[in-house]
Amino acid sequence: MVAIIDYRAGNLTSVRLALEHLGVACAITQDPARILAAERVIFPGDGAAAEAMRNLRELALLDTLRTAVDRSTPFLGICLGTQVIFDYSEEDGGTPCAGLMPGTVRRFQPADPLCKIPQMGWNTMALKRPHPLFEGIEDESEFYFIHSYYPAPADPAHVMGETEYAEARFASAVGRGSLFATQFHPERSGRIGLRLLRNFTRWDGTC
Amino acid sequence: MSRTVKIMPCLDMQKGRVVKGVHFVDIRDAGDPVACARAYCEAGADELALLDITATVEGRRTLVDVVKRVAEVTTVPFTVGGGISDVASARAVLDAGADKVSTSSAAFRKPQLIADLVKEFGFDRVTVAIDVDVNRSLPSGYEVYIDGGRTPTGVDAIEWAKRADGYGVGCILPTSKAGDGAKTGYDLPLIQGIAQAVSAPVVASGGAGTLEHFREAVDAGATILLAASVFHFGMIRIPELKDYLRTRGVSVA
Repeated sequence: MVAIIDYRAGNLTSVRLALEHLGVACAITQDPARILAAERVIFPGDGAAAEAMRNLRELALLDTLRTAVDRSTPFLGICLGTQVIFDYSEEDGGTPCAGLMPGTVRRFQPADPLCKIPQMGWNTMALKRPHPLFEGIEDESEFYFIHSYYPAPADPAHVMGETEYAEARFASAVGRGSLFATQFHPERSGRIGLRLLRNFTRWDGTC
Repeated sequence: MSRTVKIMPCLDMQKGRVVKGVHFVDIRDAGDPVACARAYCEAGADELALLDITATVEGRRTLVDVVKRVAEVTTVPFTVGGGISDVASARAVLDAGADKVSTSSAAFRKPQLIADLVKEFGFDRVTVAIDVDVNRSLPSGYEVYIDGGRTPTGVDAIEWAKRADGYGVGCILPTSKAGDGAKTGYDLPLIQGIAQAVSAPVVASGGAGTLEHFREAVDAGATILLAASVFHFGMIRIPELKDYLRTRGVSVA
């Protein structure tokens, strides 16, 4: 069973339906016991970092996330979920985050005034290193992004895929052990996104 | 900038129901936009368009409700068009979960709306749709129509496309009135004329009937290929279309 963590951060139904389409049992849940009993965990989210962290604290889910990662449960972060696993985000005047992945989350600051923030649309990802989640996914495939901030891992070894936008070349996919996270929305990226989700549902958490 | 060609099935809706049912998969209610959207996502669509062809106040509320329900099930970005007449109506469908809005008659009557939408929501979320028919007395040979294709404007379609593009929109979507539903092929000179005149990606729309028609539209400069009838009636299946385009050297997802 895949637990989709519900921390009041946006639409989780498309993630659930994508998994159901793949024939994978899943549940949207806030319950730490159910999350820790799951074979795999998906940590999605839309919105702002400070509110996400507030919700995670209120729901007592921060320890749950850490425990899942410590136990090497295959863990997939998506969009805001990916951002809040880092140490710190520049959003909302600076927000300390969950600290599951060393690094920070930065705001796009293009000099070109015509460059629009948020990035909202298709963009390509260059694969930086092989990973089980990339099986069947070609270099420079396109994924769907909606974001104003981007992950900047402290350790370049954690960068799995890179994307260019707004004069930045940023980590659009990061990985460390059983933890994998994407800035784009695989559940909104059509066939290629479903492929990545399918790879996740078959991944044992090793690389 | 996107380099991969996108396949975009279009759901034509009236009073919250899909007018042409999806016949290519076994779904219980072919008029249900949510079921159709799911079916298209599962078939491998890259994007979806929802075009509301009823433009009443009652229709607006129905549309927002449909957008909410479609947003929950789609695994691809989707554009909503029909009755986007001001910033508030655009906001209503975007807040309901649509990725982009498409505006046509309102944008033509009041081009400032395009600038307002781009400023408010970002260029990627704004598509300008242009209904077009042949008029040999105009420089490009194409005239803009509004009000769902009923009212000729006397304005040259390529000139209007250039002006709309000047606001920095995300997409230009010209639909050939003659081609729409006819399955005789996209209007290639129209696509080519607009693609050469604008910097935004061009959506080919109106007339797709065969696999070859889609490839022709790519050659003419379109990067998004929209069709309704051929998908609705199962004449062309999306995986088959993508395989075909791939063998012709077109990059598809």
